[in-house]
Amino acid sequence: MQHISVNVDGTQYEGEVEPRTLLVHWLRNELGKVGTVVGCDTSNCGACTILLNGRSVKSCSVLAVQADGASVTTIQGISTGDDWHPVQTAFKECHGLQCGYCTPGMVMSTIDLLGENPNPNETEIREGLEGNLCRCTGYHNIVRSVEKAAELMGGAK
Amino acid sequence: MTETVDTSTPLGRPIKRKEDAKLLHGRTNWTDNIQLPGTLHMAILRSPYAHAKITKLDVTPALSRPNVIAAYSAEELGDLNGSIPCVWPVTDDIVMPDFPALAKGKVRQVGDAVAVVLATDPVHAADALDAIEVDYEPLDAVVDMEAALAPGSALVHDDAGTNSCYVYNLGGGYDDVKAKADVVVKRRFINQRLIPAFMEPRSVVAAPMGMSDEMTVWSSTQIAHVLRVLMALVTGIPENNLRIIAPDVGGGFGGKLQLYREEVLATQLARKLGRPVKWTETRSEDMVATHHGRDQIQDIEIAATKDGKILGLKVDLIANMGAYLQIITPGIPLLGMFMYPAIYKMDAYDFKCTGVFTNTTPTDAYRGAGRPEATYAIERIVDELAAELDMDPMELREKNWIKHEEFPYTTVAGLTYDTGNYEAATAKAVDLFGMDELRAEQKRRRESGDPVQLGIGISTFTEMCGLAPSRTLGALKYVAGGWEHATIRMLPTGKVELITGTSPHGQGHETAWSQIAASILGIPVEDIEVVHGDTGRAPYGMDTYGSRSLAVGGQAIKKAADNLIEKARVIAAHQLECSPGDLEFVNGEFKVKGDPEKSQAIGAVAFEAFTAHNLPDGVEPTLQGEATVDPEDFSYPHGTHLAAMEVDTETGKVTLRKYVCVDDVGNQVNPMIVEGQVHGGLAQGIGQALYEGAFYDEDGLPLNANLSTYLIPAAPDLPSFITGTTTTPSTTHPLGTKGVGEAGAIASTPAIINGIVDALRPMGVTDVAMPATPMTVWKTIQAAKGGQA
Ligand code: FES
Ligand code: FES
Repeated sequence: MQHISVNVDGTQYEGEVEPRTLLVHWLRNELGKVGTVVGCDTSNCGACTILLNGRSVKSCSVLAVQADGASVTTIQGISTGDDWHPVQTAFKECHGLQCGYCTPGMVMSTIDLLGENPNPNETEIREGLEGNLCRCTGYHNIVRSVEKAAELMGGAK
Repeated sequence: MTETVDTSTPLGRPIKRKEDAKLLHGRTNWTDNIQLPGTLHMAILRSPYAHAKITKLDVTPALSRPNVIAAYSAEELGDLNGSIPCVWPVTDDIVMPDFPALAKGKVRQVGDAVAVVLATDPVHAADALDAIEVDYEPLDAVVDMEAALAPGSALVHDDAGTNSCYVYNLGGGYDDVKAKADVVVKRRFINQRLIPAFMEPRSVVAAPMGMSDEMTVWSSTQIAHVLRVLMALVTGIPENNLRIIAPDVGGGFGGKLQLYREEVLATQLARKLGRPVKWTETRSEDMVATHHGRDQIQDIEIAATKDGKILGLKVDLIANMGAYLQIITPGIPLLGMFMYPAIYKMDAYDFKCTGVFTNTTPTDAYRGAGRPEATYAIERIVDELAAELDMDPMELREKNWIKHEEFPYTTVAGLTYDTGNYEAATAKAVDLFGMDELRAEQKRRRESGDPVQLGIGISTFTEMCGLAPSRTLGALKYVAGGWEHATIRMLPTGKVELITGTSPHGQGHETAWSQIAASILGIPVEDIEVVHGDTGRAPYGMDTYGSRSLAVGGQAIKKAADNLIEKARVIAAHQLECSPGDLEFVNGEFKVKGDPEKSQAIGAVAFEAFTAHNLPDGVEPTLQGEATVDPEDFSYPHGTHLAAMEVDTETGKVTLRKYVCVDDVGNQVNPMIVEGQVHGGLAQGIGQALYEGAFYDEDGLPLNANLSTYLIPAAPDLPSFITGTTTTPSTTHPLGTKGVGEAGAIASTPAIINGIVDALRPMGVTDVAMPATPMTVWKTIQAAKGGQA
């Protein structure tokens, strides 16, 4: 077991983990951050995407021990209670989700994408979300959602 | 009281979804989120062989691994090892082999379950699988469907003495019309095997901890109600002791329309051990153990006159069942059977389907279930017929389709389509597409010998959905009915519980069903809570699949709301001292006709029904309306889909440049949701045409059973879509609605392939196999060139 200390969604957590424990499993099983989900075992789906020190990563391809000392933001940390992050608002406005399983990952990837490129065009959006699979929406409304989010966030931040 | 209430109802408006707040904030209740105290986690040892005898199996070494509580093979499980049932024995002499949850003596597919380990955490359960001692003696695997049917083939099920599951015949008379035909076109299409690949892996938690003897089973399923009946039959647990809950479910597409072996095992082991048992699949397990879809060889023949009148159609299918029959495996091709004649008038139709066992994952429903296969075949062969006749493919279609004034129309397959307007949908689609400019560009590129050729793909489809009435299903030997239930309960505070037997997993029922009820009851959408997917709270239902939820469930909601109003009317009349017939119900209020000052809101009636202080004689307290509706007929959405395909003839690379579809789904409850359903369906249909296919090697080993090699489309693989609708209300549905969930998946696949073939036809190409990867397209071009040389 190894000791780790990670700031998750603004709270500092201490834990003992097996070195092989994946960050996503630690978040879900130990911290109850079940908003972040697992969709595959080959790092293809992006459902598990979180922000690690502000950048999006697939939390199934990071070991919990690698997050020691880092700061993690999950879908449950971008807004509290009834508040909405503009990306969340945009996905609702544009019907960018159906079953919602890919959604936490899509939202976190979008936040990172818009941080890098506040005014992406359609091609940039599609390429930016390439690592996030959605089986429900056909991506059409996800692209609209990201465009809308860019608009809500004022283009440049 | 709001005098200014908008008289337009919420029906038909693109209201934002109620579901989204929790989904977007991560406040979800996926089955895998459920953590009950004392839970044992189940891991499954699966067969690495497609076909083998188990020569040694000893689970005891696993028991000494840390945190392991129990381990079982079929032998130790004995009678608890239930058999998975098939509820659609399509013929009297169908072969229905035993399908034990844990394999007995023999494995018949990669992924077959061999043994289970239960541990106090999932990691140790999975680790301990290593300790199980198992030896196999590999047997010849049956993989190719035609080889499976040839004499002397190895057998998937020795007892059966054959790999043929059933042979189904319909029709007759094709040969007579063929004799009169000027042109006969024959093609073999391969409708390849697909994997549903919903994003939420399957998961089940079974807990023997409800009231008295209740066993509660949470499952990531589309069919809580059907599952309860089947689970009772398989396990012997009294049905009234079983509560099945489908919490938040992350997609299904037919793949969660099933009773899976893992659900049976978890339930039986929870019962045996008296503790909650939980299992969540890995994606790699999902790709071999969740049922697959499609997988048919289609020999299609069409006969026509030289001026393009279709005379008849002959369909000869071989349908891959896989290694076992899951709940409706054999029936899937028969759902397609009715749809091969599609929108076309013809005199004769012969259909034959041979179901065949192979050492592969069982097939069953996947978005469209039989109808995409049928639509693919008919829309492809019509294009081939057009080429043979040197006719414009749209002109040929128009010549043969049922004209809008000819409805209701009984097809050669025996279905009566209530309504449709193929002319209107096509005209709108052609317009949105810019057909003339694209044809002109195609011509230019052909003439200039541009290496990138342009093709135009057409698909004018219809489908049948909302499988019902029950009597028809009975005639097809389907063991269940096609009805649906709704209860609408008005609570003392005026809030409403709408209890539905449908079970959403992304379709937005909470919003859409609220819109239907709100529009009838005249109350705000926000005041309605939709209760679904829990046999404890929503006791009756037939669940969600086959685009049935609105087509069937919507009718039940309407009727339940009407029934509620009728009861409320009697109470209101008593309060307002008039007769019920003197009341009109407008915007949620009963008003005395001719005396508009005298009125009572429906919420106030609910309170009266609750206090019961002043009810008319003979009227029972409480205010609710119920209805169980068995629809008059199927619903028949239709539409015209057009694809502009660019094909790089030097590399085989295909680009979907423009996709236009105009769907007619009748009246829409929520156009935003309808459009989303179409988009998602398109992605799956286009996925089949261009990217997806589950393949096996000759030993029956899956070649691409994970998400890095089985390519479901990602965002850069698809364009934005141009969608439109026309509205021809269904006349057999009180709301005038039709189903929409499968339309996009059914229509789009042939549009894409027709477009690619159209681009390459001048080079001598007459078909392209799916998925049309660059390599496949390039090889097709080379073969055509070789053929011409
Ligand atoms: S779970 Fe699929 S990429 Fe992480
Ligand atoms: S909304 Fe279901 S997977 Fe994206």
